Amino acid sequence: MTAVADARVSPRARGSAHDLAGTGTLLRLALRRDRIMMPVWVLCLGLTASSTVGRLKSAYDTPARRASLVHDMNGNGSTRALFGAAFDDSLGALTVWRVGAFLTVFAAIMSLLIVIRHTREEEETGRQEALSAGMVGRRAGLTSALLAVAIANGAVTLLIAGSLAGQGGTGALALGLAVGLSGMAFGGLAAVAAQLTENARLARGLSSAAVGVAFVLRMAGDAAEDGSKGSGHVLVWLSPLGWAEYARPYANERWWPLLLIAVLAAASIALAYSLAGRRDVGASFYASRPGPPAAGPLLSGVYGLGWRLQRGALLGWAAGFVFAGAIFGGISDGANDFLGDSDKTRDIIQRMGGAQGLNDAFLAAMVGVLGTILTVYTATSVLRLRGEETDQRAEPLLANAVGRLRWAGSHLVIAYLGPVVILAIGGLALGLGYGIAAGDLADQLPRCLGAALAQLPAVWVLTSVTLFLVGVVPKYSAGAWAFVGWVVALGWMGPALELSDSVMNTSPFSHLPKLPGDEVTAAPFLWLLLLSVVLAAGGLVGMRRRDIGG
Amino acid sequence: MKTAISVSGLHKSFGRTHALDGLDLEVEAGEVHGFLGPNGAGKSTTIRVLLGLLRADSGAVQMLGKDPWHDAVDLHRHIAYVPGDVTLWRNLSGGEVIDLYGRLRGGLDTARRAELLERFELDPTKKGRTYSKGNRQKVALVAAFASEVELLILDEPTSGLDPLMEEVFRECVAEERDRGRTVLLSSHILSEVEALCRKVSIIRKGRRVESGTLAELRHLTRTSVTAELAGEPNGLSGLPGVHNVDIQGHQVKLQVDSDKMDAVLRQLTQVGVRSLISTPPTLEELFLRHYQDDITRTEAEAIAR
Repeated sequence: MTAVADARVSPRARGSAHDLAGTGTLLRLALRRDRIMMPVWVLCLGLTASSTVGRLKSAYDTPARRASLVHDMNGNGSTRALFGAAFDDSLGALTVWRVGAFLTVFAAIMSLLIVIRHTREEEETGRQEALSAGMVGRRAGLTSALLAVAIANGAVTLLIAGSLAGQGGTGALALGLAVGLSGMAFGGLAAVAAQLTENARLARGLSSAAVGVAFVLRMAGDAAEDGSKGSGHVLVWLSPLGWAEYARPYANERWWPLLLIAVLAAASIALAYSLAGRRDVGASFYASRPGPPAAGPLLSGVYGLGWRLQRGALLGWAAGFVFAGAIFGGISDGANDFLGDSDKTRDIIQRMGGAQGLNDAFLAAMVGVLGTILTVYTATSVLRLRGEETDQRAEPLLANAVGRLRWAGSHLVIAYLGPVVILAIGGLALGLGYGIAAGDLADQLPRCLGAALAQLPAVWVLTSVTLFLVGVVPKYSAGAWAFVGWVVALGWMGPALELSDSVMNTSPFSHLPKLPGDEVTAAPFLWLLLLSVVLAAGGLVGMRRRDIGG
Repeated sequence: MKTAISVSGLHKSFGRTHALDGLDLEVEAGEVHGFLGPNGAGKSTTIRVLLGLLRADSGAVQMLGKDPWHDAVDLHRHIAYVPGDVTLWRNLSGGEVIDLYGRLRGGLDTARRAELLERFELDPTKKGRTYSKGNRQKVALVAAFASEVELLILDEPTSGLDPLMEEVFRECVAEERDRGRTVLLSSHILSEVEALCRKVSIIRKGRRVESGTLAELRHLTRTSVTAELAGEPNGLSGLPGVHNVDIQGHQVKLQVDSDKMDAVLRQLTQVGVRSLISTPPTLEELFLRHYQDDITRTEAEAIAR
């Protein structure tokens, strides 16, 4: 270790061709390992773009219908928050409005997963050490990961540009570049995060948090101001996802915001490179501190252990929900201002449910966003069980006087109760933000809290689906991500794409009333709870009967 | 004597792979039992079945008089297990892991914990990944030896330990034996097995091929004899149980089944012995014989094809 430390202060550490030796081989290794994951991501993103054009073409076939859609949607704060502003009423511009925000966020997530998988995860597992002992340069690992992510984003760019080319090449290229460059920017930020911590899980958490912050800023800014009628809200300009939006594909494209994204990508990649050349393989800039020589009273059994392993993620998510809830709540009160310049629209909406109805609709949309995103947390939390198993920590643990169900319970209690805590905190933050802004804290706080907690039965369905997979078909546990992705995509894109009820109903969230404001009946909650109990029971039975470690 | 582990006719397959193919194993209470076999022979699979982590397809398994699948939790109160590849949680210190394991077993002898930390020279404040391979093994070993249990199951426990620590490990196992505890030791380090185990079982391809005390097993195998004679050796190759006779002038080298020594010695003394070296079979030879049987058999199969 010390020999490596000495090498890092030598002038040789400055970049040279040797630093990149072996990059090609490592790149081929990365592409071989991602031969399924990467094409699936790229195709899903490409197909989303191409299928949306088709759906919009048939649903809004005349310019007049498109213009009225744009007018309505730009007049509604919650749709602006979800999708951003619609800058024009051409078919191309409408497609960009519907899928642009979705594509940029998912390209960002794809990129951060790829980068961390081939950088910090390789180091954490010790695989990088074995590779680096070959003819592999100091920066080859990072370079190959960035090349892999560049290939993925390049393919996404081309596929999107190709599928929209029929609506005009310039706009298609602008959208493709906005999505691909956003992917590279967050891939670059993930590369920096991978240098800062020794923990791949934490690196993923940090870079996902960056996407989350950028997304919430863009949402809040778009909700507060209609970006198609001015220079745009300052919060949107603070977010790289906002830059992608303000490139305005198909609406007098602006290229310089794309340049901003490219600069962010280049700067973060440069930072990651300079950090990567200065540190030991496997190490980070935050050395791990010594721990206590003996276990405290909290670590008295598997439940204490489960808490120790999962508390970090729980606290992180809770913090994120406080941030998102407070911002969403703070901008909700503006919902009636959004319609200020259109007497006609305000008239229609007020007849439909009054100003109160408009604010509620916005709040309900935000609560729905919080609920669907939380499925990511709960799936991750259940999958820790499988992770403990595949990392061979479960076996020696279960060789002690610990029943399998108790061991599973130590993680599941957090997977099921964590969402209660996180949603309660998010709901309170939403209620506080909205209540203070609207001057009606006493009423709004319990309403928002209740609305947030009402999401739980749908969240738990995802918890139980994941548990079922882990218990019954452990090899396919990762399939939980497909369902999570489907639910998130439906929640986001489904209403705007006017998908049929039978498709929408595959998401548990479609069965929930839109709270606050909607009418509440017990039936959907009971059905979802029943489904979740049945799946969980199946998973636990499977867990008891099957081989561990298989 | 009481039986600590008894396995008979154990089968376990994973898809098309038959990991265990009618395995038998008996370990008596209070003995240190060596569990040997080439890589992939099914040692770890057997141990996982014994721990109730894998469910046997068929066969009878009893540990301390209980069924390891159904009574797993009760049984594990009396068992400590050390895997060959210890992985730790990244954010837990070694000391925390030792205590956690102790609390999840029958309890921890704190005085012995402190003593073992010192003997193994282990720093309990370091965390997960910062331990080297050998030190991760030490964490699991300290946890096992400090636990109040009846039976220790050690699956290649000394991988990564330096020779000094290997010595400490041997002392600890000897102490466990003296305290009347049972140890099942799976190992490839034959000197370790020879030094510690009274009995051994050798398995191959999911079956037991040899079992008994070391003395019994030695008896079953061949002794190497090298002799310098007064005249030309004769009549040796015709004797029963004699193999690989190699005559160079007055010198002869041969191998003889250990229970057929008498006739060989008589034949040699008739000619007149100038010097004689007789080497009892080492465990390596014993073990290699099972390897080589395997090799010759596969060669034969290859030729037959």
